[in-house]
Amino acid sequence: MEKAGSNSSENGTPPRASCPHWLLAELTYKCPLQCPYCSNPVEIARYQKELTTEDWVRVLREAREMGAVQLGFSGGEPLVRRDLEEMIAEGRRLGYYSNLITSGVGMDEARVQRFKEAGLDHIQISFQASNEELNNFLGGTKSFQHKMEMARLVKKYEYPMVLNIVLHRMNIDQIRDILDMTVALQADYVELASTQYYGWSRVNVDQLLPTREQLENAEQVAREYQLRMEGRMKVIYVIPDYFANRPKRCMDGWGQVFLTVTPDGTALPCHAAGQLPLEFPNVREHSIPWIWNESPGFQHFRGLDWMQEPCRSCPERFKDLGGCRCQAFMLTGDAAATDPVCDKSPNHQRLLEDVERIGRIARSGDTQAKPLLFRNMRNSKELMQESKALLPPSKHRPGPGATPA
Amino acid sequence: MTLEARSVPRFTPTFRLQWEQAQDCFVILYPEGMVKLSGSAGEILKRCDGERTVSGIIGELRRSFPTVESLGSDVTLFLEEAHGKGWIQFV
Ligand code: SF4
Ligand code: SF4
Repeated sequence: MEKAGSNSSENGTPPRASCPHWLLAELTYKCPLQCPYCSNPVEIARYQKELTTEDWVRVLREAREMGAVQLGFSGGEPLVRRDLEEMIAEGRRLGYYSNLITSGVGMDEARVQRFKEAGLDHIQISFQASNEELNNFLGGTKSFQHKMEMARLVKKYEYPMVLNIVLHRMNIDQIRDILDMTVALQADYVELASTQYYGWSRVNVDQLLPTREQLENAEQVAREYQLRMEGRMKVIYVIPDYFANRPKRCMDGWGQVFLTVTPDGTALPCHAAGQLPLEFPNVREHSIPWIWNESPGFQHFRGLDWMQEPCRSCPERFKDLGGCRCQAFMLTGDAAATDPVCDKSPNHQRLLEDVERIGRIARSGDTQAKPLLFRNMRNSKELMQESKALLPPSKHRPGPGATPA
Repeated sequence: MTLEARSVPRFTPTFRLQWEQAQDCFVILYPEGMVKLSGSAGEILKRCDGERTVSGIIGELRRSFPTVESLGSDVTLFLEEAHGKGWIQFV
């Protein structure tokens, strides 16, 4: 959220417990697409028992009472839920600004119209690429023409148009075509999201991470369009942090602004946090105020007290808050470690070497060494089998519905 | 564009202007973002309804806030800024 919406106090120390501003409702992990860069957990097959409409309505109401104002309907593919219209209407009644984050697959004109009547504020459509072949390959589905059509409907029904394209090695060189497509569709905002290497994209990182040269080129093109389209189309481009020396200020602070609720009702401080070895509360058992203010999961990394060296005594700690906890856990095995993106981290060198190794794969053009693994329920089950065989049980978070100890 | 007394501003429909109790102020909402408004900005924007003229808005605000000096030029400046940000259009 913009500066005006953030919660940080003067000296940058986050207040102990603010209120959630952003509620991300991950309605379902079902999705007709199979993007290999999907940031959903690889355990999607485990999330079968989804929250009911009534559960969601209560979550929406309680979060709104605490002051949440931005509401994102996401997934998976939120259109899979046939009660989406009902939830949009409830969101509107409560005074949320509601965002539908979708692939467009599962939408048609009648539905767009119903969403409008229900009071939806904004539809964000994601494209996998700017050409039909690559788009359909990456999504594992013939969806390109349909997406184009849906994008035109977004305009026709006077929604602000946000197009989202996740960039990675396989599409980043087409950034100019991608931006031309968004100009032609008259987008108001374009998010060129660098793949974040969680979930499925982590599994596929060897095939997805772009090279430094690719990134430099992409950045230059993005800047060119930012200037050229100023005042008409806002281009948001963030470099992937594997190539930076300082980590991002993750989620504007743990448990400060964002609240994610997953399809089975697990409440998380960010959509990737489910992988951490922490107990997170479930909205079926606890109220949103308790979850936000009291639950151990939301308290865990709130503020700066959890930090170890080098973060603990670092003058920059108020600015980046030590980086991303999920990234730290994924790359070091310790969720309280300094984010290895930071060049002061003792693990930074290892990250650089890994990026270097992947760079060599990229330059060799070898795509077969480790073929892309598409995001679907079958692969999810297989991955869960494999990781059960590999990891000690303590690394597993309890399954959905597990009660906090 | 240059702002005239007869211009009629309208709040852009792809943004949303709303009173937020939790923030105790008017806010502008747009895809994935929010701007908190000062009291005077809120008072001005809620009158940008596509019917009132700029001079009409200034006149009304003068009656509500008679002690504020340089109100006319403040309103004009703010409207220009708001137009630059796309929050209002002129009908
Ligand atoms: S990234 Fe692709 S697979 Fe994942 S939820 Fe979105 S559309 Fe579905
Ligand atoms: S050491 Fe920690 S606080 Fe300091 S710059 Fe690096 S990540 Fe940020």
